Amino acid sequence: MAEATIQVKHKIGLHARPAALFVQTANKFKSKIKVKNLTATGDFVDAKSIIMVLTLGVMKDHKVLIQTDGIDADLALDALKSLIENNFGEA
Amino acid sequence: MPEKTFKGIPASDGIAIGPTFCYIPAEMTIPVCAAGTVDEEMARFDTARKRARIELRGLCEAIEKRAGKEEASIFEAHQEMLSDPALEGKVRAEVEVGQTVEEALVKATEELASLLAGMNDELFAARALDVKDVGRRILRILLGLPDTALSAVTEPSIIVAEDLTPSDTASLDPKLTLGFITAQGGLTSHSAILARTLGLPAIVGMGNGLLEKVFSGLPIVMDGRTGEMIVMPDDETITRYKQIQIQRESHLQNLKAAADKNAHTANGRRVEVAANIGEVLSARDAMEHGAEGIGLLRTEFLYLEDSQPPSEEKQYRIYREIFEVMSGRPVIVRTLDIGGDKPPSYLPFPNEMNPFLGWRAIRISLDEPELFKTQLRAILRAAVGHRARIMFPMVSDLDELRRAREIVETVKRDLTLASVEFAADVPVGIMVETPAAAVLVDVLAEASDFFSLGTNDLTQYTMAVDRGNAKVSGLFQPLHPAVLRLIRQTIDAGHAKGKWVGMCGELAGMTKAIPILLGFGLDEFSMNPRAIPEAKNLIGKLTDERAREIASQAMSFGTAAEIENYMKGILASL
Repeated sequence: MAEATIQVKHKIGLHARPAALFVQTANKFKSKIKVKNLTATGDFVDAKSIIMVLTLGVMKDHKVLIQTDGIDADLALDALKSLIENNFGEA
Repeated sequence: MPEKTFKGIPASDGIAIGPTFCYIPAEMTIPVCAAGTVDEEMARFDTARKRARIELRGLCEAIEKRAGKEEASIFEAHQEMLSDPALEGKVRAEVEVGQTVEEALVKATEELASLLAGMNDELFAARALDVKDVGRRILRILLGLPDTALSAVTEPSIIVAEDLTPSDTASLDPKLTLGFITAQGGLTSHSAILARTLGLPAIVGMGNGLLEKVFSGLPIVMDGRTGEMIVMPDDETITRYKQIQIQRESHLQNLKAAADKNAHTANGRRVEVAANIGEVLSARDAMEHGAEGIGLLRTEFLYLEDSQPPSEEKQYRIYREIFEVMSGRPVIVRTLDIGGDKPPSYLPFPNEMNPFLGWRAIRISLDEPELFKTQLRAILRAAVGHRARIMFPMVSDLDELRRAREIVETVKRDLTLASVEFAADVPVGIMVETPAAAVLVDVLAEASDFFSLGTNDLTQYTMAVDRGNAKVSGLFQPLHPAVLRLIRQTIDAGHAKGKWVGMCGELAGMTKAIPILLGFGLDEFSMNPRAIPEAKNLIGKLTDERAREIASQAMSFGTAAEIENYMKGILASL
């Protein structure tokens, strides 16, 4: 199992396109992936579910905790981390 | 899936290549029934989601083209939601306790939507609607229902339906319509007429089960000349049909160029070629195709689009606009022609065994004088400075005609008393569409300034056949000797009384009928605008003498098939 805490910098947070990219990336891996909004209350949700990721209400500057568990856990965590750090491919 | 061809009745010429849009107007009610096994229910869920994905991809591409990537991204999110593990998990949990997948889906989407709806941030809360939307789409597919409104057509599509009524097509954007294919209906069903008016291909009478052969988004080719529908066409087929399409276009362009001149027979007799229309847009279309007037302005559309009758002002504006578009050319306005087959909600329709033999057209107008007077006032007022004529539909008796004319006179008196400007000299005539009117033309001439043959109804009433009933529509033969005799009799009797006789039925635009009608001495041919160029071209090739010979020869045959066969030979020789 691997985990990381990352701050979301994107201006609309994990919504619309960023949320879709986040979920699409998560779905590329076999591992179980969970994500939680540390800035708000609430529990972990399935990172492969767009609906559940939206329920986290992650906005600009919120911190999220990502946990990956499975054969490609490290790869998955890296991919999601770099997606958020690179601001979802936007400058 | 390999290419597959299905055949129906060709109803309007032309070729279309594009995606299917399946249309069934229906409520989404979940039938109460026992659930299958978990695997069965979940397999249905998967199939439905696959179809939903095809629909959404189509929507996405269409919106992106029209409104850009930003607008389209919402349908990308919908696609994401289709395969959402949370949705699937909740559906599965419900199915596992014995629910049908429909029930499970409704419950799951409601739960997930309410999770989102409860969020503080508006932007996130608004996504609840998307979840519901996706849920509705899957449910609709599970219930076997295609997109529920024609306004949902977002990219140019071939409309496939059980049947189409005027109110179904009201929300249709002609720019997004490539053609119509219907399971029911004959050559004169609404979708067929509408297709010919818009110059779109149409196939009708495909038979039951049409909507099981296609689904929205499925690519098809349709050939309105042969009645063929090709599902999942291969590249070769598409290329071949694209070529035919191009050739047809250029042929029509040539005809159109020739249509701008008034029609004359080869020996120089002037014949009027006019258009049948039902709205302002097609008046413009009529002008573009060389219409010398409007032989039939249908006004039903005005009465069917709302839950109340159209006001005098609304009618006035629309009539005025059409008269102006036609700039000085004659326009024949047919008064209200509705009946129990397409009843507006505001009229007290009785339960009728035979709506086509029931309370309709002039019969309604005489029973509902206020409705009738409103329309007459609007026409008479709009006619100022224009060449309008008023025509009553479905007259079968002289007394009816006298009473209708009396109401016209009353309206004129009222307008005069109220000092409202109106055209006092508008000719008033009748449509000859009942056998009774056809045999009484000499008598009806007392109160009718002109006659116009409505061959669709005349054929239906003469042959005693419901033209919308696929089982018997084969008997709907406008070239039947019985119908042709009534037509000839009407023209002769009208001329004997010094009256002008035209025709605004489908027959007037059929090349196989035009030489015969010309031979009978018909004064005016009114047809759907797109048929005008070809009709003018044909009339110009015939002398009156030749046409009379053809007509007399055609009348010597005993069946419609023999007449059609004979006319095929004539047309090939011209």
